Amino acid sequence: MRALVTHRLAALAPVAAIIVALPAFFPSAYYYRVAALVLIFALAAVGLNLLMGFAGQVSLGHAGFLGIGGYVVAIGPTYFALPSWLCIVGGAVVSGVVAFVVGRPILRLKGHYLAVATLGFGVLVAIVLTNEAAWTGGPDGMSVPRLVLFEWRVRGSDTWYWVAGASFLVGAVLALNLIDSPTGRALRAIHDSEIASSVLAIDVARKKLTVFVVSAVYASVAGSYLALFNGHVTPDIAGFLRSIELVAMVVLGGMGSIAGSLVGAAVIVVLPQTLTALHDYEHMVLGLLLMVFMIFLRRGVVPSLAALAGRPA
Amino acid sequence: MAEFLQFFFSGLTVGAIYALVALGFTLIYNASDVINFAQGEFVMLGGMTTVFLGLAGVPLPLAALVAVIATVAVGLALHRFAIEPARGASAVTLIMITIGASIFLRGAAQVVFDKRFHGLPHLFGTEPIRLGGAAILPQSLVVLVGAACVVVLLWLFIDRTLLGKAVIATAANRLAARLVGINTGRIVGLSFAVSAAIGAVAGLLVTPIALTSYDVGTLLALKGFAAAMLGGIGSALGAVVGGLLLGMFEAFSAGYVSSKYKDAVAFLVILAVLFAMPQGLLGRGRVERV
Repeated sequence: MRALVTHRLAALAPVAAIIVALPAFFPSAYYYRVAALVLIFALAAVGLNLLMGFAGQVSLGHAGFLGIGGYVVAIGPTYFALPSWLCIVGGAVVSGVVAFVVGRPILRLKGHYLAVATLGFGVLVAIVLTNEAAWTGGPDGMSVPRLVLFEWRVRGSDTWYWVAGASFLVGAVLALNLIDSPTGRALRAIHDSEIASSVLAIDVARKKLTVFVVSAVYASVAGSYLALFNGHVTPDIAGFLRSIELVAMVVLGGMGSIAGSLVGAAVIVVLPQTLTALHDYEHMVLGLLLMVFMIFLRRGVVPSLAALAGRPA
Repeated sequence: MAEFLQFFFSGLTVGAIYALVALGFTLIYNASDVINFAQGEFVMLGGMTTVFLGLAGVPLPLAALVAVIATVAVGLALHRFAIEPARGASAVTLIMITIGASIFLRGAAQVVFDKRFHGLPHLFGTEPIRLGGAAILPQSLVVLVGAACVVVLLWLFIDRTLLGKAVIATAANRLAARLVGINTGRIVGLSFAVSAAIGAVAGLLVTPIALTSYDVGTLLALKGFAAAMLGGIGSALGAVVGGLLLGMFEAFSAGYVSSKYKDAVAFLVILAVLFAMPQGLLGRGRVERV
């Protein structure tokens, strides 16, 4: 058991080292900002990767949970004077409950049907956020009060970089833990064959629901961070394009690879920033890259590179 | 009653467009199992190309023809350069490829055209026809007749030509189709071309009423897909029925309930259909082999 734990932490050690060492190369606060965004999205991608890479269930509506997390930390402190940190937790609970209720019927579906049902869920969340203007500020969104933790005001890109980095590592450890647990093995069995796993007395529906709820909680926390970090939130956070970006991060980085989620998030977040000079061509390049990666690096960057290096990811 | 008729006709008009988008989905899905999320971009390209050729001084009928041909070329390129090289990829990968294509086409349209809304002149003026207290734009009838023509032509092509039968054979069983000498790769390419043409025609029909811009494709694709789901994915008749029904649902809920949540209707329909009868209204149930 101890060997397992150390093995698991050892796998994350290089990632942790990079997160700690990277700021030494940051010339300005702008770099902190981009890196913090990468880490926040990576957290959401890790959660989605549990669902997609391990359980083999796709979700094209995960930005809906980003939206729930984002708006709970906006609405809670603004209208009910609740502390922001409590709202992060509250958002996670709300997302978990929503995922539990919605996931039950949705996860019975497979393949295209599952993709479309989750997509429908995500778009519905975005539509509700846009239309309930009395609470959400409508399409223009609303401002989000800063996070205050025990008198400590969390602000500035560098502070958020460390908060996001620590949260990502915690999230990654928990994810690796889940993967190595009996539930994780059951999920991989479901990925390979649902029928074979149910023959092995795995409660397929329940395990799928569990991982759906877990991935929703990851996305919700990431959404809360995103809103608190930006100090502002708009319904775009839950939009269809956001959901696609999340899936792209997972697939690009490599399904089933936790480090891959970080790589995928880095590519999807950094790319538009470097393309600002080519502002008009941003979408063209994003679409083109998405196609090229999907066609030629179908297994994702990290697993493909690992296969080249001759060892499993 | 007048109100009811008014909603009925507006629902029918929008529904006809959804039906065409759903039909495009169905064609490609049947031939290749690919869910083409760039279907909405075909509609956008048909409308936008015509608008801009028209602005450049090209007579509109010619502009419309060129727009359809250009969209078909885009459809063929999509198949040749994005779908064909990814043969054998998983359903999710293929979905992501077509979503990438959709983002790419939207980005390209934003550069080649612009970001503003554009319209086309109505074919028979804008003087509404009065019918039982409801006012119907002549263009609505153009949309309905045009969509009906597309459906009939497609049916004739599929049912009455050898090439059409090859499309059915490919949809039914790809390996068996190849065994009897059908070039299934070419049939899949053909289905992309026909889908693109249908999309472009839908764009031509609807632009005078609904306006078009570089980003109208996404919502159209999602709703067309909802329509295909409602009708039963893979069924051409289902796509038409599903499209018309979805248009009605939308129009009536916008009229009688709340226009704010008009766009939500399509997704509620998707979820309701998936939960209650996943094979859709006219789709066949699918038996999974172990």
